[in-house]
Amino acid sequence: MSEWFDSIRAQFILNFIEKSRWRYLLTGLFNTLKITFFAVLIGIALGTVIAIVRSTADRNLPLMRRGPGRSVLKCFDGVCRLYLTVVRGTPVVIQLMIFYYVIFASSRSSVLIAIISFGLNSAAYVAEVVRGGIMSVDIGQTEAGRSLGFTYVQTMWLIVVPQALKNVLPALANEFIVLLKETSVAGYVAIKDLTKGGDIIRGATYSPFMPLIAVALIYLILVIFFSWLVGKLERRLRSSDH
Amino acid sequence: MKKIFALILAVLFCLSGIALADDAKPELHMGTNANFPPYEYHEYVDDVDTIVGIDAEIAAAVCDYLGYELVIDDMEFGAIITAVQTGKIDFGMAGMTVTEERLESVNFSATYATGIQAIIVPEGSDIASADDLFVEGKNYIIGVQESTTGDLYCTWDIEDEGLGTVDRYKNGADAVQALVTGKVDCVVIDNEPAKAFVAANQGLVILETAYAVEDYAIAISKDNEELLEKINGALVALTEDGTIPAIIEKYIPAEEAAE
Repeated sequence: MSEWFDSIRAQFILNFIEKSRWRYLLTGLFNTLKITFFAVLIGIALGTVIAIVRSTADRNLPLMRRGPGRSVLKCFDGVCRLYLTVVRGTPVVIQLMIFYYVIFASSRSSVLIAIISFGLNSAAYVAEVVRGGIMSVDIGQTEAGRSLGFTYVQTMWLIVVPQALKNVLPALANEFIVLLKETSVAGYVAIKDLTKGGDIIRGATYSPFMPLIAVALIYLILVIFFSWLVGKLERRLRSSDH
Repeated sequence: MKKIFALILAVLFCLSGIALADDAKPELHMGTNANFPPYEYHEYVDDVDTIVGIDAEIAAAVCDYLGYELVIDDMEFGAIITAVQTGKIDFGMAGMTVTEERLESVNFSATYATGIQAIIVPEGSDIASADDLFVEGKNYIIGVQESTTGDLYCTWDIEDEGLGTVDRYKNGADAVQALVTGKVDCVVIDNEPAKAFVAANQGLVILETAYAVEDYAIAISKDNEELLEKINGALVALTEDGTIPAIIEKYIPAEEAAE
């Protein structure tokens, strides 16, 4: 029994203490969090804008008269649809590699490239989620806002979108969690993220158990923490519903 | 009707779990990372995707000599040693160098080839020799293939000392791609693949001074002493009768090797 315990202890020391290998996990953790945080910001911001365009088009295009307004809306809607189709139709790893090797070929700031790539990818999925949220807000809200004299954009921004976001908060939290784990492919383009940190340790020590379990545990703890945070946020928002 | 359908599905699922039929010759599994010309790489031979190269041919010769059927498993370089340890593959042959740390995990056969860690730089680069990488304050970014000795040496000698950064790519070709576009200042990788990469890309040069000289050997599990002896015996016999030198000559003509 004590032999087994000794071997576990030896493994632990080999994988994390020797040559300060735990530093790879720490750097990796910071990079993963950095990429996820900024990518989520881009994703939600861009995604909401796309969602507003798409839901406006869906609701109003059939009802509008021919004219410049209709053409402009149709054009924006077309661009958004194209964007959504392409981004949702290709794997995120391929998108990341295209950004890294083709679009930003000579750039050295790989973390920035990753943030942009994951952000644009996440925006596509968030757009659909938020669009669902907007559609689910009662049309009476829009009508009331317009009757009160708000412009269409003001109605959207001040009345509809806040309610929509509150509705889809669980789905957005889910997107954040998915993105956190999606960033684990950043290692494909030599970014030192958490998974890559585990890979480096594994490559040097040839014992896969400890690094892999440690990396999985860290991701798990992060996800549990963020889920708890979002739960708190949801409860506070819900208190204003009564 | 539904029940019959469900029953048929269940039977089909069970059948798919049945193991493959026995082979006439016993198989030996070789683990490698087939992205390392000229030691192992993919090529279409008679319209079939095959893994060819120095390691692949030497392994085939050894297996023929010992009376085994060779099966090559293509995997990540960093995964080969672990696969040998756990028995997933019988031996690992991937232009792999013998190092103290690796010897703690697996046994190595006799050396069958020598490797040199070379440095690839873009034409007109500041870096003129291996020593330039160690200059204080320069902080070069070095591209390597993950888990290779190039990676290990650069990490220990340069990154851990705070003299530069190491970017680890999944394979050598990606590292060279990064060099071509300017994401890294140099690439440290084995000499022969370096030549293949430099030939395939414009504007790259291999430095005269090598980073290190090392021995390539075959990795075999510590539990399989028998296989280690057999392979060593085969290597000796095949070197004496000229098979192995001929294979190496085929891929690395002597005039080039003498450079």
